[in-house]
Amino acid sequence: MTSPVATCPVTIRIQEDDFDIAREIAILTKSRTDIGAVVSFSGICRADEDSSKVAALTLEHYPGMAEDEIKRHADEAVSRWPLNGVTVIHRVGRFVPGQNIVLVLTASQHRQAAFQAAEFLMDYLKTNAPFWKKEESATGTGWVEAHARDDEATARWTKS
Amino acid sequence: MKVKYFAWVRERVGKAEETIEPPATVRTVEELIAWLSGQSEAYAYAFEKPKVIRTAIDHAHVKSDAVITGAREIAFFPPMTGG
Repeated sequence: MTSPVATCPVTIRIQEDDFDIAREIAILTKSRTDIGAVVSFSGICRADEDSSKVAALTLEHYPGMAEDEIKRHADEAVSRWPLNGVTVIHRVGRFVPGQNIVLVLTASQHRQAAFQAAEFLMDYLKTNAPFWKKEESATGTGWVEAHARDDEATARWTKS
Repeated sequence: MKVKYFAWVRERVGKAEETIEPPATVRTVEELIAWLSGQSEAYAYAFEKPKVIRTAIDHAHVKSDAVITGAREIAFFPPMTGG
């Protein structure tokens, strides 16, 4: 879905297909002369997880709510920082180490807003967007447990 | 109301979604979890640690004391691990 706001388009996609980071940045910056900074975060399937070797990850999500929840946080990011564009793409399905899982792009006039908004979005995405990882390793298959460090990372954005 | 289950909650309940009609005395998320837990061993296993379970009503996160009256869709799932 893409919101109609011209000055800060917000694009959120959940898909099985891979994404092309260069292409997504080109779409975000096309015909714009007001953007001075684009920050890109990619989350990649990693083989080493707490001393065990991960063979594959399967990502499950809650269709409908996942989009809504990411949109709520993207809108909050737009209200907190002077952004000129946001793209969030989260893949679902089965991934082997080295494959892309998530992409966050934030565009702004200056780098600080883009860096902070990208970090804010990733912190919230990890703890609040309804996605779950199932891990396959030599010892079997199991659901990945949530980390307290992710909740702590999200908590620091709470306005006091 | 429609109820959806995700990740290990879905695996333990044994289904992804269903339509339920809890009695009118079941007013909150907490009470719904207790009522479901009494329905079968599968639900009791899925909800054995109710504090761990996260709940959404109509696509928005809610706390366990949230009122379920008027909800179209309630979802139960473990803490999220995306990104």
